[in-house]
Amino acid sequence: MTNKKDWPLWEVFIRSKNGLSHKHVGSLHAADAEMAIENARDVYTRRSEGVSIWVVESRYITASSPDQAESLFDPADDKVYRHPTFYNLPDEVKHI
Amino acid sequence: MDPKQKALEEQFQARIDADEKIEPKDWMPDAYRKTLIRQISQHAHSEVVGMLPEGNWVTRAPSLRRKVALLAKIQDEAGHGLYLYSAAETLGVSREELLEELHTGKAKYSSIFNYPSLSWADMGAIGWLVDGAAIMNQVMLTRTSYGPYARAMVRICKEESFHQRQGYEILLTLCRGAEAQKQMAQDALNRWWWPALMMFGPSDKDSTHTQQSMRWRIKRKTNDELRQQFIDATVPQADFLGLTVPDPALKWNEERSHYDFGEIDWDEFWNVVKGNGPCNRQRLQARVEAHEEGAWVREAAMAYAEKRRRRQEERKVEVA
Repeated sequence: MTNKKDWPLWEVFIRSKNGLSHKHVGSLHAADAEMAIENARDVYTRRSEGVSIWVVESRYITASSPDQAESLFDPADDKVYRHPTFYNLPDEVKHI
Repeated sequence: MDPKQKALEEQFQARIDADEKIEPKDWMPDAYRKTLIRQISQHAHSEVVGMLPEGNWVTRAPSLRRKVALLAKIQDEAGHGLYLYSAAETLGVSREELLEELHTGKAKYSSIFNYPSLSWADMGAIGWLVDGAAIMNQVMLTRTSYGPYARAMVRICKEESFHQRQGYEILLTLCRGAEAQKQMAQDALNRWWWPALMMFGPSDKDSTHTQQSMRWRIKRKTNDELRQQFIDATVPQADFLGLTVPDPALKWNEERSHYDFGEIDWDEFWNVVKGNGPCNRQRLQARVEAHEEGAWVREAAMAYAEKRRRRQEERKVEVA
């Protein structure tokens, strides 16, 4: 459906304050990156929700497929030894 | 239904029953996708058309304080429309298609916006009652099963409560003013009360979508439950204003711990839904005109972006 006249879709990421990472907040349409930043300012930060904005055109995002979620993430499921609670230590040992 | 399809649908329902959220790329039944596109786009259209009755009063707001608040509220409605359109777009429908459906009258928007805003007190009544009713519905929808819709609702609910408070404050000021001002407030309540109750949609027994939407957890409460919740919350607020709710049958029912209320005029409801409300044609015409008259801006922005991109590329070639 998209023809050349339609503004492309952009994904918007906002850093809510320094010290936190950018977080996906939604998407919007804009003719170019500069307009996407300006629109993101108006749409997603009307109440000082952000100190920094990233925008990226949606078509450049590659996402893993939910159908492959099992084969992608299964390998981590049986590796309990990656968690601290796997190791048994006596209660007397402190600060560890 | 073929067994593979059936298995997929059972798995899907199991995820819903376990209160898992459904995300854009997940498998979902076609009917779930269609229902969501219909509901989210109607919701988006309502936000956008909802700017029109209020736009009517921006230039005539009684003070600068009222004017900036009204402008901020209208800007929020535009933002809410945008959150919702992009949530609908995650389901594979384009913005152009969605607007096309609004402009041709194929898609609906909330009928409440087909009523005229006749006096300044209507800005109070709309904020208090219309946004109040919308909030009831939207708070429920923060827990809807489709992830992008739920997330849009969380943002909207956070912003919406200022809308209701500014509306109530307008009416409170009028009710504490001269007799004529209080009359204006009463008149606004008289005209907006019943249409606000109709915002929750047809009664459960006549609602074609409710049952399936509840099973899919798109909706978490029925139309009648939400309507009752709204009435119970709103009547004491009307009492505080010293206004009379225009329903002779309205009465606190000790046994049910709810207000009893009179029968809604469903003929009026269906009539407005079918396009014969006081402002249906005017609202749609305003939207179509805005879209058509803005076409050159959208095209110019694309042409400008394209020109800049080309210039940048040329510069790169020169440097190389």
